This record gives sequence, C-alpha cells and structure tokens, in this order.
Amino acid sequence: MSKFMGQPIKRVEDPRFIQGQGKYVANIKLPDMAFAAVKRSPYAHATIDNIDASEALAMDGVLAVYTGQDIQGAGIGPIPCGFTPPDIKLPPWHALSVDKARHVGDAVAVVVAESAYIAYDALDAIEVDYTPLDAVVDAKKATEPGAPQVHEETPNNTSFHWPLGDSDAVKAALDASDHVVELDLINQRLIPNAMEPRACVADWSDAMDEMVVWTTSQNPHVIRLLMSAFTLQIPENKLRVISPDVGGGFGSKIFHYPEEIIVPFCSMQLKRPVKWVSSRSEAFLTDAHGRDHVTTAKLGVNNDGEFTAFHVQTWANMGAYLSAFAPMIPTALYITLFAGLYKTPLIFGESFGTMTNTTQVDAYRGAGRPEASYLLERIIDIAARDLNMDPIEIRRKNFIRKDEYPYQTPVALVYDSGDYDQLFDKAMEVAGYNDMLAARDAARAEGRLVGVGVSGCIEASGAGPSKVVTSLGAAVGLWEHGSVRVHPTGKISVMTGAHTHGQGHETTFAQIVAEELGVPIADIEIIHGDTAKTPFGLGTYASRSAAVGGSAILKSAIKVKEKMKAIAAYQLEAAVEDIVYDAETASMHVKGSPDNSKSFFEISFSALTHNMPDDMEPGLEEHTFFDPPNFTFPNSAHIAMIEIDKDTGEVSLLKYAAVDDVGNVINPMIVEGQLQGGIAQGVGQALLEHGQYDDDGQLLTGSFLDYAMPRADNLPMSNLGRIEIPSPSNPLGVKGAGEMGTIAGTPTVANAVMDALQPMGVRHVEIPHTPLAIHTAIQNAAAAAD
Amino acid sequence: MEITVTVNGKTHTRDVEPRKLLVDLLREDLNLTGTNIGCDTSQCGACTIHMDGMAVKSCTCLAVQADGASLTTIEGLADTSENDLHPMQQAFWDQHGLQCGYCTPGMIMSATKLVEGNPNISEEEIRHGLEGNICRCTGYQNIVKAVQQAAPEMVGGD
Ligand code: FES
Ligand code: FES
Repeated sequence: MSKFMGQPIKRVEDPRFIQGQGKYVANIKLPDMAFAAVKRSPYAHATIDNIDASEALAMDGVLAVYTGQDIQGAGIGPIPCGFTPPDIKLPPWHALSVDKARHVGDAVAVVVAESAYIAYDALDAIEVDYTPLDAVVDAKKATEPGAPQVHEETPNNTSFHWPLGDSDAVKAALDASDHVVELDLINQRLIPNAMEPRACVADWSDAMDEMVVWTTSQNPHVIRLLMSAFTLQIPENKLRVISPDVGGGFGSKIFHYPEEIIVPFCSMQLKRPVKWVSSRSEAFLTDAHGRDHVTTAKLGVNNDGEFTAFHVQTWANMGAYLSAFAPMIPTALYITLFAGLYKTPLIFGESFGTMTNTTQVDAYRGAGRPEASYLLERIIDIAARDLNMDPIEIRRKNFIRKDEYPYQTPVALVYDSGDYDQLFDKAMEVAGYNDMLAARDAARAEGRLVGVGVSGCIEASGAGPSKVVTSLGAAVGLWEHGSVRVHPTGKISVMTGAHTHGQGHETTFAQIVAEELGVPIADIEIIHGDTAKTPFGLGTYASRSAAVGGSAILKSAIKVKEKMKAIAAYQLEAAVEDIVYDAETASMHVKGSPDNSKSFFEISFSALTHNMPDDMEPGLEEHTFFDPPNFTFPNSAHIAMIEIDKDTGEVSLLKYAAVDDVGNVINPMIVEGQLQGGIAQGVGQALLEHGQYDDDGQLLTGSFLDYAMPRADNLPMSNLGRIEIPSPSNPLGVKGAGEMGTIAGTPTVANAVMDALQPMGVRHVEIPHTPLAIHTAIQNAAAAAD
Repeated sequence: MEITVTVNGKTHTRDVEPRKLLVDLLREDLNLTGTNIGCDTSQCGACTIHMDGMAVKSCTCLAVQADGASLTTIEGLADTSENDLHPMQQAFWDQHGLQCGYCTPGMIMSATKLVEGNPNISEEEIRHGLEGNICRCTGYQNIVKAVQQAAPEMVGGD
C-alpha cells in the first residue's frame, strides 16, 4: 500500500490557521502605510457629470483623491478580457469610470488617507454629480428593442453570440421524436462570498522603479501578466505580485479587479505603501457574480426513454463589464457539457452574452458546468415524469457505456473514462435508494410532502489542453509549472504555479513528492503564490491544481529521481539501469545487493560537492511545464431526500448521498472536504441563494441579512462514496474534486423538491426553492385543482 | 478616550476614538490579526472572541465598551505555557474542520463557548449553536465533527 498517496494525512497548513496565524492580505502592515477607500456609484446607470473632492481634500489626514481621468492620464489601460470568441464586441472597462457609472458599486474615485477611518469619512465628503439613466438588469430583456444601452460598443447590449452544432438538424430530429420536453429555465445569479473579502496592498519603490503588490488572488502570475502587459504597464521584471494566504476564492478571486490597478497607482503617486480592504458590502457589489442565465430548451425523447436531440438557447448576463474569463463561462464551459453522461446523438446550443447594469458575472465554482448540469438534469427529470419512468432508469437507458471510451460527444469534447452504471449502482447502495423511495411513499400516504431527487453529472476539468482552450478563444494556455529543488541537506522545496486558498496543496503536493522520493512530508515545503519565488503559473480554478499542477510536480520529482539514480550509479560504479530507487527507505542501491547503497541525503549532498559524473551539471533541481493532452471528466451520482413544510413552504434537506468518480485520490480526507463544501454551495443555490436586483438596478441582496448563505443548520451530514477510475489524461490519474459537489448539489436537491410536489401536478419551479417560492407553487397548484 | 483591556492575560491601556470597533483595536492597535473580519452586518462570526467569559462578535462592539474587560482571542485560547493546542483547535485539525481557515478563529471561539458545560451536545444543538458563524468552504460537516470530538474533552471549561 502507498505510504502517502491515497492516505488521509492531516493538513500541514492547519497549525497556522487554527492558531490565528494565517497570513492574509488584510493583516499586512508596512511602515508609513496609507489607506485607500473607493467612492462608488449609488446608481446603476448614470452619467458622471462632475466630481468635487475639495471638501475631502481639506480634511485632516486626507492625502489625495484621484478620479478616472488621473488613471487614464497616467496611461493605464483598461482591464482586458481573456476569452474572446470570434466577432466579440469588447466594451472597455476602466478601473475608475470616467463617463458613466454602469452598475451600483461602479468605482468613480479613490481617496487615500492616513487611516482607514479617515478615508471612509472622506468618501462622504466627495461630491459626485450624476444624471441617472434608465437601467436594464435582465439578460434577455437587455437585447429587446428600446432597452437602455449599457455601452456604445455593444449594440442591443449583445457582446457575443456563440453557437455550437447544427440547429436545423437538431430541430428536424426533435420533430421526428415521440416526445419533445420543453423547458424555460432560469439559473439565478449567485454571489460567491468567499469569507475573506478582497484586499490589496501596494508598495512602490521610487528609488528602484519597482512595485510589490499583495493581492487576494487565485493566480498571482496571471494578475502580474495582466498588470504588466495591459493595465499598469510596469515591466514584469519590476513587478512582484504576492498572494499569501487567501481566504477562499470559488472563482471570484481569479480576475483582475479595478482595485488592483487603483491601489498600485495610488502608491506610485504618493510614494508610500497603500492598503485597501473590501468591506462585505463592497464585496456584494463588486466581486464578480456567478450564473445568471435565461434559457429555453427542448429535449427529444422516444417512447422507450431514449434521448434523440437537445436544443438550447441561453441569454447569459455578463453584467456591466466583461470580466477576465466571463465569455468563456456560457460558451466553452457550458454548451460543451450538454451531452452529460448520455449518448444524445444531436445537440445544438447557442449563447448570447449580454451587457446589463449589474455587477460583472464570471466564473463561480463550477463555472458553466453547473448551469449545464442543472439544465440537463432538470429536463431529464421532467422527461422521466412525462414518460412515467424512474429517473434513474431513464438515465441508465442513455448512458455512455464503459467500453465506449474515448467517447466523442456531439459537442466537441472527448470523454476519457468513466463507468456510470457502476457509479449509480454504488450511489443507490450508499443512499439506500430503495428504502428512501419506500420511506417517501409511506410519508406521502400520511399526506406529507416528501421527495427524492437524483442527478448524474459530469464536468470537464483539469483545464486544460492549451491548444484546445486557445483555439476556443482563451488568451492563455492552461498548462502548469512545477519544480522540485533538493537542497544539499536532503530537504525539498517544491515550486508550483497553482495557488492554495483552502484546497490543501501544502499537504497534497507534498504527498505526491513524498510518495515518489520516499522522503517524509515534514522535509518538503510547498512554495506558491509569489511571482518572485515561482517561475510561472496559471493558478488554481477549474479543478485543475492536482491534475495539471500536481502532474507537473510529479514529473519534476521523477526527473530528480532519475538524476539521483545517475549520481548513485557513478558513485557505486554500476550501470544506471542497475540502480534501484527504494522509496521505502529513500535510498538507492545496486540491483541484487541492497547493502551497496547510497541514501537520499548522501546523493543530495553530492550535488553540492560535485561527486558526480564529469559531464553532469551540478544541482538537483528540475522543472516541468505540464500541458495535459485532454481535460479530465469527473462524474457523479447524487441522491437527496427532502421534506416540505406544507404550511410554510420551507424545504428541509433530510438526506444527501453522493458517489463521485474523481479518479485516483491523493488524500481522501481532503477530497471529501471539497465535496462537502461543494455540496453546501450547490444546496445553497437550490434552496437559499439569489442575487437579486430591482428594475432600477439596485441590489436587493447586498448583505448577509438579505442574501441567504448556507448555515450549519441548513445541512445534514452527507454520506459520501467513491469509485476510482483513473484518468488517462495525466500521470497521477486524478480527475479533480473541487467543483462536483456544487455542480451536482443544485439539480439533485431541486429534483427532490419537484418530486415532492409532483403529486400536486407541479412541473417546475425556478430556484432557489425558498419558502415563498414553494408556498406559492403549492397555493397555485391547489387553486388549479379546484 | 483612554481604556484599559486585558487581552490574553496582558493588560493594555490605549487612547481610542469612541467610535473605534473592538475588532479594529485588536487587529490594528494590538496586532492581534488572528481575529478576522468577514462582514459589516454582524452576521458571519469571523470576528468572534471571548469577553469576560462570553462569546462576542468583536465587530459589533466598540472598543470603549471593552474598557475594564478581560478578553481572549484565538491567539490566547490555548494554554501557551504548555505550548499545547486547545482541544477545540486540535479537533478542528484532526477532523479537517477548516479549508481556507478564514472563518476558523471565529468558529473555534464560538464553538468553545457553545460546548461549555455540555459535553454531550447533540448534532442539532451544534448546528443551531453555530448558526451565527458562516463558513463558505467546508459545508460544516467536519466542523460539526470537530465540535463533537472536542466537547467531551473540554469538561472543566477552557
Ligand atoms: S465580522 Fe463580525 S460578524 Fe462578521
Ligand atoms: S474554512 Fe474557509 S470559510 Fe470556513
């Protein structure tokens, strides 16, 4: 059995967090540091007519006020969009808006003061004259004639149209099907709400023309690249970006934000370190939101339950500006997942990316794949009901079978591995599915509203093959860097371009190296999150860290091992083919004579003293840039049981069972933690969370009082199981575990709620299934029955 | 205003603005940054500390209200003379009760008070009792398990 891989090793990063020693950006204090606060528009759509900062500037302790004109006057460029499909229209996004405010919270000015308290006082003293304009907030209504126009550059508020497949062929197949299930569905806006609000500290050295920026990012190298090439235009060799401990991201900390431009700009102007920390209220208004799709779909089904064709149109709300990867979410990460676990032969999908007077929308845990799964798994459930089939039976009928890999779907992806029958068998066992159904039926006989829901989901993660993602429109490849440095004393530093903000890389990446080289975890440090300490990296999102970043590290560890074997062969006067690396003891010996050996430490030290072949370079450090040949395809079968309180409409989640195929597992404790956390967010979307705007573009859910986050008493203990089918797309055989809980949680619970209401004839209720939504559905059903 | 507070056994006298929040006193003036800030509406519990034996949200309290009080923050929870972890800290580590760690100090400070005098606390009581602490990462499952592990070990209080 492996000593490290697959073991539930306790996290090495935890001692600092449980003792209050986390190194978060908001904790940074530098000598002479000043504080920035951002003046934000209270209107969703308004021209900015005048900004008068004289009163603020006269206040004690206020150092400066800057506007968009100052930023643009300094030659700072707009925030770029990193995914540009053909014919996309790109409206500019300036860190501080000059002409118009386009959403509530849009940044219009910044004040810098000696303390945060003074800076916030001064905000109130800045007078901005606005002329309010009509606003538009709905993704589809934004495209209708007469809608207020958010940008000149995007007529009809449409930035892009992305079709995939043959619409006419799909329509013909629908016409020829026994049944067509039609569904209009909304995937509501979510607000990510990592518990650590964003923060940024910038420290400009005028003497050296150098900048250090600490920022709460999932990918500091990408932020540096964008700052250097597009916005601040400080050369990369003069710009260091550090993301130390980051308190959760869930996608929202991938993107280059205005404050990462504003704060460094202030530091350069004032020649002092400047700090900005987002309040939660600002986070609600300015962190990139997620989801927000309006969709119309048709699924063709034959009498025996076979899917014939799937046709989807989606209007995806991009918000007021195009955030870094926003256009990728409703396109390359969404439509390409419409096959799900199934052999639907013909699929067409198209998305319209539309601009509205709302906060920008970008990747949020799952990013496109939860939207695809919720749509597909909802419509399949309705199909099952229409055909009077068991929801698992109709899914099984259409599964891609385990001997059909690699499987080319009609929507571009080639699935690499899976066994969905085994997956569902295991899920039914873990959930006690048949007992659940019996309990549900017994409860129904007593007049209670109990439902059981299932879903089968897949995601394309481990992003990803660089040629494929760039051909789809991404401006960057998605390889990852990992290097392994063995110090002369035999201790190891691992450099990775991935970034941990809860995922536990300091443990799992150490497990990979420990397994390969046989050294204790305590001898290995994982270095990440600092552009000065790691060569490059694309960062952490899309469940890519283990599959891509971990594989880069593994390959470097293997290269180190090969070099160590060559050194051992030289010292032991044997052929390198005859050297055995014993990972049990971390030593190298000549085949057949275990006593003729060298320890890991001895060989490590040899690199310092050059006790190695003459033609060999000194040093024991290896680098790998790993570019995977394909995505990975984690897949899942989740089952939930809920009960509705008839009087209040409140849904209680009684049971949740999940079986996932995340490929090989490095640390089962961490994988389960990722799933549990993911499920909570999926359940949050199904039952609680909704980022809502009124028609004037005011955010109605701008605090934790109004935006319902999942809390400890909203969730039961979930019951987790696994099947492990290794991915052939990376040397670790891992598939990724970060997002599946969120992807599957939503359709599973929504299907359970709809199952409970099925006896009343309710077909579909938009999520979140709040007490009000469900109570209303019950009332309407009762009225219709009368 | 001049105030005197005892934090983790150490007494500090500071001149503070009357409007200064207690959490800012801790973080900015006393450099105790283990207490985090997660919201501005008293909802998330990231800032939870102990004041005179009660769990309080330090973002919801003015520094001047703490005048004369004895406070414990996450940095002072364990008996450092023994260089030990508090049983609740140990349980969060053992049970993988944290991911990004941001909610963790507040969660641990709330949980220690929640289980005080209730070694056999039920899952339902734990879930209900931690309703004022939001964690976005863990889904709470392992937090509940951690509290279940620590509760019986904490007889005799912290
Ligand atoms: S920071 Fe105190 S409750 Fe959120
Ligand atoms: S561990 Fe990240 S918020 Fe709780």
